[in-house]
Amino acid sequence: MEGRDPTMKITKPEELQQHPEYKEVLVELLFQLADDDFILSYRGSEWLGLAPHIEEDIAFSSINQDTMGHAAMYYQLLEDIGIGKADDLAHQRPSSERRNAVLLEEVNGPGHYLSEPRYDWAFAVVRHYFYTQAKKVRIDSLKHSSYEPLAQVAVKINMELYYHLMHWRTWFIQLTNAQGEARERMKKAVAKVFEDFGGVLTLGVKGDRMVEFGLIESEKILKQRWVQAMKPVFAEVNLDLPSEFGMKRGNGRNGEHTADLDEAIMTLSEVYRLDPLATW
Amino acid sequence: MPVVTSFRWLSEEEKYERFMERINAGEKIEADDWMPEDYRMTLIKLIAMHGISEIMGALPEKEWVPKAPSLRRKLGIMAKVQDEMGHGQLLLRVAEDLMAPLGKTREEIMQDLFKGDLKFHNVFHMPAPTWADAGLIGWLVDGAAIITQTNMLDASYGPYARALKRICAEEVFHAQHGESIILALAEGTKEQKEMLQDALNRWWEALLMFFGPGSAATTGTSKQDITIKYRIRTKTNEQLRQDFFTKYVPRILSIGLKLPDETMHFDESKGKWVYKQPDWNRFKEIIRNNGPKSKERLRLRELSYHNNAWVREALSGQSAAV
Ligand SMILES: [Fe+2]
Ligand SMILES: [Fe+2]
Repeated sequence: MEGRDPTMKITKPEELQQHPEYKEVLVELLFQLADDDFILSYRGSEWLGLAPHIEEDIAFSSINQDTMGHAAMYYQLLEDIGIGKADDLAHQRPSSERRNAVLLEEVNGPGHYLSEPRYDWAFAVVRHYFYTQAKKVRIDSLKHSSYEPLAQVAVKINMELYYHLMHWRTWFIQLTNAQGEARERMKKAVAKVFEDFGGVLTLGVKGDRMVEFGLIESEKILKQRWVQAMKPVFAEVNLDLPSEFGMKRGNGRNGEHTADLDEAIMTLSEVYRLDPLATW
Repeated sequence: MPVVTSFRWLSEEEKYERFMERINAGEKIEADDWMPEDYRMTLIKLIAMHGISEIMGALPEKEWVPKAPSLRRKLGIMAKVQDEMGHGQLLLRVAEDLMAPLGKTREEIMQDLFKGDLKFHNVFHMPAPTWADAGLIGWLVDGAAIITQTNMLDASYGPYARALKRICAEEVFHAQHGESIILALAEGTKEQKEMLQDALNRWWEALLMFFGPGSAATTGTSKQDITIKYRIRTKTNEQLRQDFFTKYVPRILSIGLKLPDETMHFDESKGKWVYKQPDWNRFKEIIRNNGPKSKERLRLRELSYHNNAWVREALSGQSAAV
């Protein structure tokens, strides 16, 4: 294993030319970050107009915009490295090239956003809350990334995360602590999210190299921090926090995905694909 | 102080007289002030319809939010639709305050919408089958809304006037957002230009209808007389439509689009645009929820309302326990 100077910092994309291995691993990490936010924001945007009340529609939409903005910043970092144009990276890549966690691509519930949507608000709350906490842990680590342009983006994103986290935590506690149907629905959603939550917390096959290059801390440390943050909340809602999380439907970091992602890509790129070279 | 105390002892006619004096003096009426029943009812109807139209109006554009063709457009249209929901919320609050003395709440507004008793704007019953429709809505529907809302900025009802002021400021950004989409298409490929012209052709009649019939004789009813009497608005429907033409016809032509109405021209001697009347019978049908997309969009609203019933129930249970 090639030793690394722990104080090494890369300050500009151009410097990556001298570090091809570093660059390869960095690109992998950036795709994970970009694709996660992009697809979850897309799923969120399908909810528009369908949230439990108008006030929530507005708040949720604001969070989705922030999240789409975060994806755009990561795709821009990839563009700056010379991987391709941000819009092409977001709209053109097939599912086999996507690196998002499978949990985040899953449909919101039965139906289509334009026809007979019977979306599951419990699933939305749990998925967004658990993911946002994982994102917070990741962003805190990325603030010290050896790739400085990424560290700078992490600082910016972090400022918006506080509000997102508070929003979803409030929903989670309120609905899970409610009695009757709400609690049952929330418990079901928690079980469903845990089946695939391992896919959110993993850094994929190149994870060890990411750590070695000082891009981010290890999967193990990040997972521990997530558990630490969630423990008091689980106590408050009187639920057990499992020690292991599944990857039931595959590891998205390795390009394993479900038909839900293919369908989402077709929809989100419908206009773009009419003419990818045109200015829209 | 003695004036305030004695107001309670005035007869209804005297109260009405005082009220009209205030209206004619250009004073603002506030939520807790005395107001005649028809003033209150007209406002409730107008503002609830406006509010619900903002919310239903989010639906045709919402169709294009997940599909917007670039990251920038995705962000732009998300923000725009979110604003519209925000307008809806703001206006429903104003309507709720007016309804409170009648013992009614937002729940009734939603139920009236589902029952078909509360109408929403004709434009939002129309299909938006292409990306160009999403741009055109921002450019011309919001453009038309700016014209009608500006007309009520000085409305005698203070809470409505203040809400409109905030809304109009945001509408200007919406029109710019729409214009930016439209300009990209107008300067784009042959297919993009065609898509844009098709959208304009599709929306033209609905845009003319947006301002409402020229007089009560056209459709049998018109709120415009009473709203002018109470100084809620100043210009008539036809004046507003003419303002729209004056502002937008030159812009439509300047970006290389053709007017969908070949007979349209400006009559210099009368100082008026001459145009082909939309089919006002069709207008009546559309606002009775018999437009091309009325049922489908109401269904979306209603379905999400029922689908989330358990959430509202959980929230209300909690507040009752506190
Ligand atoms: Fe609006
Ligand atoms: Fe608008």
